[in-house]
Amino acid sequence: MTGKAQARAKTVEAKAIATEEIEASERAHLTTPTRLTGAEILWATLVGEGVQEVFGYPGGAILPVYDALRKFPIRHVLVRHEQGAAHMADGYARASGNVGVAMATSGPGATNLVTGIATAMLDSVPMVCITGNVSSKVLGTDAFQEIDITGITLPVTKHNFLVTKAEDVASALRQAFQIARSGRPGPVLVDITKDAQQATAEFNFEAAKPRSYRPHPMLRVEESGLAEAAELIRNAKRPVILAGHGVMESGAMEQVRTLAERAQIPVGLTLLGIGGFPATHPLCLGMMGMHGESWVNHAIQEADLLIACGMRFDDRVTGTLSSYATKAKKIHIEVDPAEINKNVKVDVALVGDLREVLEELLPRVSARDGSAWLKTIEASKGAVAVRDIKNLPDSGHLYAAHVMHDLWRLTGGNAIIVTDVGQHQMWEAQYFHHDLPRTLITSGGLGTMGFGLPAAIGAKFACPDKEVWLIAGDGGFQMTQSELATIVQEKIKINIAIINNGYLGMVRQWQEFFYERNYEATPLVSPDFVKLADAHGIPGRAVRKRSEVEAAVGEARSNPGPFLLNFMVEKEDAVYPMIPAGSALHEMIRRPERDPLEELAGDM
Amino acid sequence: MLHTFVSYVEDRPGVLTRVASLFRRLNINIISLTVGRSEREGLSRMTIVAEASSEAGHRIRASLFKLENVVDVDDIAQAPAVTRELALIKVAATPQNRAQIFDLVEVFRARIVDLTTESLMIEMTGVESKIEGLIEILREDESRILEICRSGKMTMRRGHHVSSVLKAMGKGAEEAAEEAEESVSESETA
Ligand SMILES: Cc1ncc(C[n+]2csc(CCOP(=O)(O)OP(=O)(O)O)c2C)c(N)n1
Ligand SMILES: [Mg+2]
Repeated sequence: MTGKAQARAKTVEAKAIATEEIEASERAHLTTPTRLTGAEILWATLVGEGVQEVFGYPGGAILPVYDALRKFPIRHVLVRHEQGAAHMADGYARASGNVGVAMATSGPGATNLVTGIATAMLDSVPMVCITGNVSSKVLGTDAFQEIDITGITLPVTKHNFLVTKAEDVASALRQAFQIARSGRPGPVLVDITKDAQQATAEFNFEAAKPRSYRPHPMLRVEESGLAEAAELIRNAKRPVILAGHGVMESGAMEQVRTLAERAQIPVGLTLLGIGGFPATHPLCLGMMGMHGESWVNHAIQEADLLIACGMRFDDRVTGTLSSYATKAKKIHIEVDPAEINKNVKVDVALVGDLREVLEELLPRVSARDGSAWLKTIEASKGAVAVRDIKNLPDSGHLYAAHVMHDLWRLTGGNAIIVTDVGQHQMWEAQYFHHDLPRTLITSGGLGTMGFGLPAAIGAKFACPDKEVWLIAGDGGFQMTQSELATIVQEKIKINIAIINNGYLGMVRQWQEFFYERNYEATPLVSPDFVKLADAHGIPGRAVRKRSEVEAAVGEARSNPGPFLLNFMVEKEDAVYPMIPAGSALHEMIRRPERDPLEELAGDM
Repeated sequence: MLHTFVSYVEDRPGVLTRVASLFRRLNINIISLTVGRSEREGLSRMTIVAEASSEAGHRIRASLFKLENVVDVDDIAQAPAVTRELALIKVAATPQNRAQIFDLVEVFRARIVDLTTESLMIEMTGVESKIEGLIEILREDESRILEICRSGKMTMRRGHHVSSVLKAMGKGAEEAAEEAEESVSESETA
């Protein structure tokens, strides 16, 4: 055979491996060992792992991989910045529950991924990042675009691999997928040298299967712990369930709900726990913590029992630890043993998968009358809700809270909302009521501005049939707005709501409260976002009054392609309530007594 | 307090960095670290001694287990164990004072492993305090010590505690640790 013919034969072979048989019989193609290049093995392994989309950006050190892509049934989404690729893979994972995949070249391509990897790490999102690297022969020589990305990402990945041989590509990748999705999920990076991509090796998907996953050896759910937990629940007068991201990660929505309903226990949510318990459920208290409503935080401070489900007592939900829920016994159900007693000392630790633990606990929990406590909490809501901006009559002003509330109403709460980071993120969490899991996608732990737009793109790929809204601030949107072009190139439908307050609003709010209104470096000049969208061929419109919101949202939703709404909201509005950093959970700054509309009238 | 962890880790590039990086992240100083081959093929055994609060032990052990390349972690805590350190000490020695050093070495049950006209090398194995005792006495004469090389601590639990054996009997590492603590009460002898 000539070289060309050989190459063609290989192509045909690979194509057969990758496309036809996968349709015919699920995994048959993966059981026949074949000789492939490292690059082909990479794609074939991704196919075997069920990957359909990869978000990436090419470059010299990963070109062999890109060259082999055409033979495989995987859609590559070309991003505009590698940070976007990582956030897209992240958004994809959060929306679908499957592992997201991002790809970049060596050096700057790899370092551009880092913020996105760290974002996924802090929120325990399963993700595999693949980077090319220079040839193994020149590793460590400062060759062109060589960077020690496994060194750089060591503290922000669950694990990472440096692969220097074609024969190790499949096993490293398969292990990466296993690690990313198992236990407490997280991002894994696989760095593959160029020579490993180019060399050939036997590909055998089955043989590359990793050893069966070893659960963390310190997982521990004992009879005595379960009995003690049940006893605490039975005797509690003022219990509260704290539901976190783990509810979604573990798929324990039903179990949490059963526990809450059976024992009549109210449920507070962390930011990432939103969606894990229906917001409209009578037992749902809403979001806790720094910008949680007063009744949630008060309930926690008054509680005699906290049942923490898949949450890690982050400083944003506890306030000062010394005064946190001092009257409460604590039950912590958590999959990561390193989280037990890290921030808050607990009385009973049930260390294991939340759903499995609750399945064991529920038979021991019987119906309970919780009405007195529920009434107390209900009574504590009283005046607060009246002062809430969403209940004030329309005076022509546009508040972000209005936008969130209307978006919720108009979408029927069924959309996937992806936010950026800042005030708008907190308003979303407060005023958009999520009843379904994986309908709020937001960067919690790292609080990464610029996350929103790319994560929304990833979410849309994960759930093409769902309505996806990005809600971003004027600041954060500009960090990754180049991904507008990705939307256009990939022809996907996303609705974009920019909450335009002319400020880095959340920082401005801190300056207002704690730095004597010294608005240093927070006023923000932005492009005309509608024109910017237009330059991409994306229609849009500005919205200045509450009365215009409904029609504008309707227009965006009915537009077959992407649509951008530039909501020109009140500039110096603040997120209430707020617990200042270093304060106790009940020491919150409340909504102003005065009508905030009056207060801001002078601003006009 | 001082924590001692004995850990079995995969013997491959980068594993030491991962372990060390974990302590760095927690802002915990590693006081001593020894690594070498173990009885388990492909696995190195580490003894890590670190200063941290008394509650930190659980979190460090749990975090070590989260590293993919870490196979086993034992928090020795107060359990009965044998800890040894090896020291090589080179001292200046002339024919005049050699005999005196020989006596010292004898008392400390150390050994002379190299002897030249101007210097000799002492090899000593023992608990930290014993090694420090020898060094202290050698230091009485200024300018006598030329070089010191210390291995750091190596620790092994006393008694018939073999993590792999207990595991094979179907017990978790944690239980195994507790059991070993109960079954052995002999205390450290220096
Ligand atoms: C990458 C990054 N840089 C800085 C910050 C600090 N930060 C948090 S919120 C915020 C302001 C966000 O402004 P904008 O996007 O306009 O949203 P707004 O708060 O006005 O709704 C800043 C600068 C951050 N979270 N992320
Ligand atoms: Mg803003």
